[in-house]
Amino acid sequence: MVDSPHWMIWPGNAALSALVVFLLALPFLYAARKPVHDLLRALGRLGESPLRHAARWLLGAADAMHVRNKSVLLAHGREEVGQHIAREFERVAALVKRDLEGYPALQRKLLDEITRVEEDYKKCGEVPPPPPDWVEAVAAVAKIKSNGNEMLQRILEEISRSVGEIHEKALAEYRRAYETRHKILDGFMPFWRSLDANLTQADRKMTSLHDRAAAIDAQMERYEQIVAGTDKAEHALTLSTLTQFVVAALVMVIAAGGTLINFKLIALPMSEMVGAGDYLTATLRTSEVAALVIIFVEATMGLFLMETLRITHLFPRVSNLGERVRKRMMWTAFALLLTLAGIEAALALMRDMLIADKQALLQSLSATQQAVAADGWLARIPTVGQMLLGFILPFALAFIAIPLESFMTSARTVGGAALVIVVRAAAFALRICGTLLRQSTRALIIAYDVVIGVPLLIERWIKTSRSTHDSDRLRVIDPVLEVGDRP
Amino acid sequence: MMRRRWLVASATLAAAFVSGCTEQRSHAQAVYLLVDTSGTYAQEVDKAQLIVNYLLGTLQSGDSLAVARVESRSFSEKDIIAKATFDGRPTQANAQKRVFRDQIAAFTKTARGSAYTDITGGLLQGAMFLNETGAGKKTILIFSDMQEELDKVTIRSVPIDLRNIRVVAVNVVKLKTDNIDPRRYMGRLEEWQKRVESAGASEWHVINDIEHLDQLLKASG
Repeated sequence: MVDSPHWMIWPGNAALSALVVFLLALPFLYAARKPVHDLLRALGRLGESPLRHAARWLLGAADAMHVRNKSVLLAHGREEVGQHIAREFERVAALVKRDLEGYPALQRKLLDEITRVEEDYKKCGEVPPPPPDWVEAVAAVAKIKSNGNEMLQRILEEISRSVGEIHEKALAEYRRAYETRHKILDGFMPFWRSLDANLTQADRKMTSLHDRAAAIDAQMERYEQIVAGTDKAEHALTLSTLTQFVVAALVMVIAAGGTLINFKLIALPMSEMVGAGDYLTATLRTSEVAALVIIFVEATMGLFLMETLRITHLFPRVSNLGERVRKRMMWTAFALLLTLAGIEAALALMRDMLIADKQALLQSLSATQQAVAADGWLARIPTVGQMLLGFILPFALAFIAIPLESFMTSARTVGGAALVIVVRAAAFALRICGTLLRQSTRALIIAYDVVIGVPLLIERWIKTSRSTHDSDRLRVIDPVLEVGDRP
Repeated sequence: MMRRRWLVASATLAAAFVSGCTEQRSHAQAVYLLVDTSGTYAQEVDKAQLIVNYLLGTLQSGDSLAVARVESRSFSEKDIIAKATFDGRPTQANAQKRVFRDQIAAFTKTARGSAYTDITGGLLQGAMFLNETGAGKKTILIFSDMQEELDKVTIRSVPIDLRNIRVVAVNVVKLKTDNIDPRRYMGRLEEWQKRVESAGASEWHVINDIEHLDQLLKASG
């Protein structure tokens, strides 16, 4: 009884006490209906308005970021496609210079061959000597009847013999002439083949040029779309950048694996140089840091090598260097990389020696002597393999500059797009919160009316009865209104 | 003048950076092994060599190891059979370990039993050695039956400082009297535990199976 709250009118009967308190408060709640409604609406607006403003601001910011991203993306795309087109033109120029430079010589060669073929053709056209005109005379003599005249028979035999000889001679000459013509025709073949080869070569060169022209057309079309800033171009560029980002990230993960292997290879022997007992942090040995530093220096040298070779363009200052300085820098970077690769190979060898020494010590310390492995050429394979790996990995890591550049370039676009999505999502969430707040306020107003439902019903009943009474009075005063149009 | 001030300030900053980067806490481990050579326990000295070999295989560059015998009076540097702080270079450390192994092997061949057993003196000497090494982890291994016997002249009722030192009793064999009344064995170990813990030792362990020592050192390593 003592512990009962002070609001309880009937201590020990909370329900009845609450009911009485509620009934007592009801008139006041009814009286305060309008101010409470206004208060709830004001509170709702107070919460909703900043949320809506924040959402609108975020959407605006997202749009601005999108526009900025688009302009950056298009600028990148324009630069990239411009470089492609320039490279295609360079290739075309090289093709034209290489192929069309030799075109006059080729034309002269073709004309010479055609002239020779024509000459030979004409030679083939020369007709062999016709049979002598006296053949008809011989035919007439042959028709003469001998009638057993011995003299005449002898003359005819003589004529026949002479004619036979002449015939044989003419036939032989005729055959010789045809043989010569066949030889000339045989001589045609190499010229025809040469002609065919030259024409095929010319055709191939023309096709290559045609292909290049088609590639330039495609790039030009892309370039025009980028310049026009079409959605298609933007979409294509975004997709291309995303692909580039993913591929570059994948390659960098692989490179990170290579770096880890490299680290494992030189961390132990580095302890021989800088000591194994020093720690930089709670878990990081100085020798491990030294190994990491060597790897990072190698990667940096590789980066500079790629930069000076103009394969990557991460540092504009390096790209803008004079040719002589650039070449010097390139050779310096290469020399340093080579030296570091040599050091790594030596460290890999040392690692193998250290492990062997440790193994020998452990064997001598153990109670049971283990069988010693044969020191043949097979045992040398891991050593040689480690040395090779130590020498090759720095050069392999040098190529990390290429995916790194792609990653850096594409990260701007991908990151920007992701940020736009995040900002839009935040704006959407804020709008949802604002709407929820507004609807909650409405729900609270309705709930308030539900709580004071009884006084409201009474009010409505009074109003209804009063309006009925007024309308009855009006009907009595002005009956025209009952049947007529609404005033 | 201004330039000079800048130089001094830069040098100070660089020094602060370098000293800040370097880890001040020692990661080295120091182990002091007390080998009891008194009475019948001298027969067990071969097992001590196994422990030393195990420690040589486990300890790294920068770690310290000392092996001392427990005699009638053990609070003396002369009782240290071999000691070494292994070099930072692994090849040098391996060479040191080989020399250490040979020294211990020579000791096990020539070890002779003593009349009394001064474990407390050995502990005092061990604590001094370990504190001098400045190692981050310090362990005293007592290879003994933990039965201390002092002559009438020797005074060992002095306070021992074993703060931050872990004490492990290894191969605590049972004496004939322990077999008659096991309470003697238990009481002896309890007494040592109280004494060691009251001296400030961070841990107290009793390991009779040498293989369990491996687990203990690995867990702490």
